[in-house]
Amino acid sequence: MTVPIGERADRLQGYRGPARELLDRYAIGVWSEVEIVNDEGSSFCGVVLPRSETADDLHIVVKLFNGYNVGIAADRVVSARETGYRKAVYKIPEKEFPFDPRKPNVTLLGTGGTIASRLDYRTGAVIPAFTPGELYGAVPELADIANLTTKKLFGVFSENMGPEQYKALAVAIGEEIARGVDGIVVGHGTDTMAHTGAILSFMVQESPVPIVLVGSQRSSDRPSSDAALNLMNAVRTASECDIAEVMLCMFGPTSDNYDLLHRGTRCRKMHSSYRSTFRTVGATPLATVSRYANASGSHFTYLTDDFLKRDKARVPRITPVFEEKVTIQYYYPNFNPDIVDGLADMGYRGLVIAGTGLGHVNKPLYPAIRRAVRAGMTVVMTVQTLWGFVQMYVYDTGRDLLDLGIIPLDNMLPETAYMKLAWVLGQTDDPARIREMMTTPVNHEITPREPHNGYLILQGGLPEVDAFVQRHWK
Amino acid sequence: MTERLDYEAVGLISGLEVHQQLFTRHKLFCRCPSGLYTTTHDGEVLRHMRPTLSELGEYDGTALMEFKTKKEIVYLLNHLNVCTYEMDDTPPFLVNQEAIDVAIELCLMMNMDIIDEIHIARKQYLDGSIPTGFQRTAIIGVNGWLPFRGRKLSITHVSVEEDSCREVRDKGHQIVWRTDRLGMPLTETVTGPDLRTPEEVRDAILLCGLTARSTGRVRTGIGASRQDVNVSVRGGSRVEIKGVPRAGHAVRLVHNEAVRQVNLLALRDEMRRRGLDSPDAIRVHAVDVSEVFADSDLDCLRRALQGGGRVFAVRVEGAAGLAQHPTQPDTVFLDELSGRIRVIACLDEPPIVLSAAALPEFSDRHRTLERLRKRVRPGERDELFLVFGPETDCRTAAEEIRLRFADAAQGVPKETRQALTGGFTTFERILPGPDRMYPDTDSPPTRVTAERVAALKARLRPAPWDRIERYMKSRVPEETCHWLIRRGGADIVDEVVARTGVDGLVAAIEIGQRGRALRRAGTPVERLGAGEWVEIFDLFAAGRIPREAISVVAARVAKDGGGASAAAAAEGIALEPRERWREEADRILDGCPQAAEPADRRLRRLVGRAVAMLRGRAPAREVADHVRGRLEEVAR
Repeated sequence: MTVPIGERADRLQGYRGPARELLDRYAIGVWSEVEIVNDEGSSFCGVVLPRSETADDLHIVVKLFNGYNVGIAADRVVSARETGYRKAVYKIPEKEFPFDPRKPNVTLLGTGGTIASRLDYRTGAVIPAFTPGELYGAVPELADIANLTTKKLFGVFSENMGPEQYKALAVAIGEEIARGVDGIVVGHGTDTMAHTGAILSFMVQESPVPIVLVGSQRSSDRPSSDAALNLMNAVRTASECDIAEVMLCMFGPTSDNYDLLHRGTRCRKMHSSYRSTFRTVGATPLATVSRYANASGSHFTYLTDDFLKRDKARVPRITPVFEEKVTIQYYYPNFNPDIVDGLADMGYRGLVIAGTGLGHVNKPLYPAIRRAVRAGMTVVMTVQTLWGFVQMYVYDTGRDLLDLGIIPLDNMLPETAYMKLAWVLGQTDDPARIREMMTTPVNHEITPREPHNGYLILQGGLPEVDAFVQRHWK
Repeated sequence: MTERLDYEAVGLISGLEVHQQLFTRHKLFCRCPSGLYTTTHDGEVLRHMRPTLSELGEYDGTALMEFKTKKEIVYLLNHLNVCTYEMDDTPPFLVNQEAIDVAIELCLMMNMDIIDEIHIARKQYLDGSIPTGFQRTAIIGVNGWLPFRGRKLSITHVSVEEDSCREVRDKGHQIVWRTDRLGMPLTETVTGPDLRTPEEVRDAILLCGLTARSTGRVRTGIGASRQDVNVSVRGGSRVEIKGVPRAGHAVRLVHNEAVRQVNLLALRDEMRRRGLDSPDAIRVHAVDVSEVFADSDLDCLRRALQGGGRVFAVRVEGAAGLAQHPTQPDTVFLDELSGRIRVIACLDEPPIVLSAAALPEFSDRHRTLERLRKRVRPGERDELFLVFGPETDCRTAAEEIRLRFADAAQGVPKETRQALTGGFTTFERILPGPDRMYPDTDSPPTRVTAERVAALKARLRPAPWDRIERYMKSRVPEETCHWLIRRGGADIVDEVVARTGVDGLVAAIEIGQRGRALRRAGTPVERLGAGEWVEIFDLFAAGRIPREAISVVAARVAKDGGGASAAAAAEGIALEPRERWREEADRILDGCPQAAEPADRRLRRLVGRAVAMLRGRAPAREVADHVRGRLEEVAR
């Protein structure tokens, strides 16, 4: 397919300076099939690719016909000639999704992130761009599990999720439940998936069906991606799982083995890149979900029976509110009190402190906290150790803090506390009501007790631990 | 050779892809040690692979084929030599610039044009040999050549890439890989299709190896250098023979592949005569015939059935006898089917596929065959195959039989074949195309400046052909030249000559022949670096040890360590300084009055006395020369 060079809108995509001049001089451009010869007489035959905008303006990128990419210095080119034109269509074959009346109906809500991604030439990076529809073409196994409908709510990186998206997501989930679906899957970037899991746990309560967040740690453009298996297991969970809560469905081990279902309020991303990055903290996960059924025909192994059961007759409570003037501060030695003063001056209504040890900050901070509380700021305490409870009666410092009006949040995770405080402050400014709502768990964000196997960071290098690890697929 | 072939007449064309591990401290994209091999593991990971689109929007055929095999892939990990990068649980670190430097040096030695801006690409491999499912690779140089048999062997390009895993076992639907080698930097040198005979292929492999060794910056030893050989004949297709272990093995492998392609072309012609001239013309019917063999005495089938598997008869219309059509010397088309079925359908119990026309003997053979015919009703011109194992795999096998016949109707399929012992090859995978390449979004491009290239050029060691020419001028035998360059001894010879002034031939013979003999005899001569050799040759140059003692002293230094003088003393070779023994010799002459005897007898007598007196303290030949010289002087 040849397009006249003047009609190619993206002809110079990403090219500047000398490289751009070269394209102009030889009347070639992006997606041109070219033969370029340099001053050493080397000839390069291939397709001109768009140039990343962060790259320099001295080189032309050509994908050679043997598949390799090379950057050719513009000032070394002695001739260039267009031999053809082919624009890449980076598209997974989109398939009509088969409908089977006997299968459960699941809605996939798309938010972006690496579970649905493609290559971007502008930055040379992976961007969220696959429509959920294209996803079916890539993972046909989904049709064996459920009838899937999709809605692309937004296409944002996980780190760009925010109050607007949370509210829209909660509302969309409410609508899908009202439509009578059997389960909901939310495609999400992994960086803030646990944050979304937490806020949705508060915004959408008493759900009749599972609400499953899923993503991937290796983008779906890679053969070894965890995206396909995560997606299959998430759709399976939405379709068949008995747990009608907000959950995260991500790899248990880093092996392609099974996914864990984590409670939205008790989960955290614990590694920047491992597939098995999500861990339930201070408790055990709800269940495992596998691609293949076990002997009794179930894909699930429930690790607890303390959860909200699926019940399509139940009517959910959707409370899509969020106070944006809330912050989280990680305490460290030499934490300057004027940070707290500054927050109060800027009108912040809520402050979550991730304190040291059992929930401590140092004395010089006390006056600032007292001023903030008096000015109407809600200050809550969590622990930066992540595991364990806030216990402010053990030391005098803790008791002093309580006197200042700080609300201890037991074993609520700092990020969960942040989401909950924003949600609570979105509903009330009555201090007593705030305190009551913050300390009354909605869904296990505070647990009365911590099981001994809720904290298991095995120490590698120890012979007995290494022996255990060696016997299992990591 | 079992079949003679006129290579020119059949249009044999061959080219090389030579893989060479580079000597760097760390791997290519992480900080793990390179070259640390282990045989144990302390962790395992399970993965599967799915094909993905290339950046131009196409699936690669190999990728789809490998996806069909549905393998469970297990990686064995040892914390000593792999980190979370090799497991594909951490993105790559910036590319190892030391490896890029070595690759550039290799390119410069091969007269190549260095790429201005290096882009890392991903090359998909879904066989599991790399946990990411792709190999990170980048072209470093293009458009080079090597002097070869009086002409130029063109070097198309050199890329730097990550080495892959080592296969531990491959059984059924599970393949197990060891990861120690994974991620080590390699160069791949791709020659043009310039080679015309098996012997040329062998010599080109040797030359490429010699060139890489000449940089002094590559790894040596088992597995450090591996080559793939591309072979085709006129009318055939490019077939890549993978993992040729040594240059010498290439001769038979290339010959056998040429024979195979000629035979496959003859098979195609035969199929055309039968009207099997296109993929659509191949009609295949698979029938479950397990009950026919339920009580049979045929071991392989009985075992399969007992293990819960099935037996399938696969009838190919009009293909009678084709299974026995020759391919490689001593192999037949049935072996081609068996290779494909083993790899793609994961049926690996021998003999994998049976031709009903050539079943082995077993007790109720006649009756069983009768029942089989009744069940399947093959026509007289049909060929009947049996496959056995899990039902889905049998069905895949039937489809592979159809596809292989369809390929045969076209001639020679493009494929990668694995080199086996004895010069034979077996199917490994369909030859991958450019559609399996896409850019590595995790890695930024590297600009290679002219200054960097110039600095690398300045430190470049001599090219092997320059060295060989120089050594041969000193009358060093060619074989010794090659050995010195291959084993790194050439650098030592050059340094010894430069620093001690000894004759180049002497240094080359002592290091390249006597030293090599010592090594063969088990003396660890490889411990000696240039510094040690220079010390030894210093003693020789100063007349402190005779030439015949050089290897003796070298062996002692290699075994004991320590200095050359101490080693010479330990061996009892302690020559007197020249001036001192000359004085002693002169005293013999002075104390021996002129007598009435013939000059030559007098010479023999005096030389004999001097040599006997100075035995072990002075080199005999020098003593003799000295005495002769003095007598001639006196006579004048």
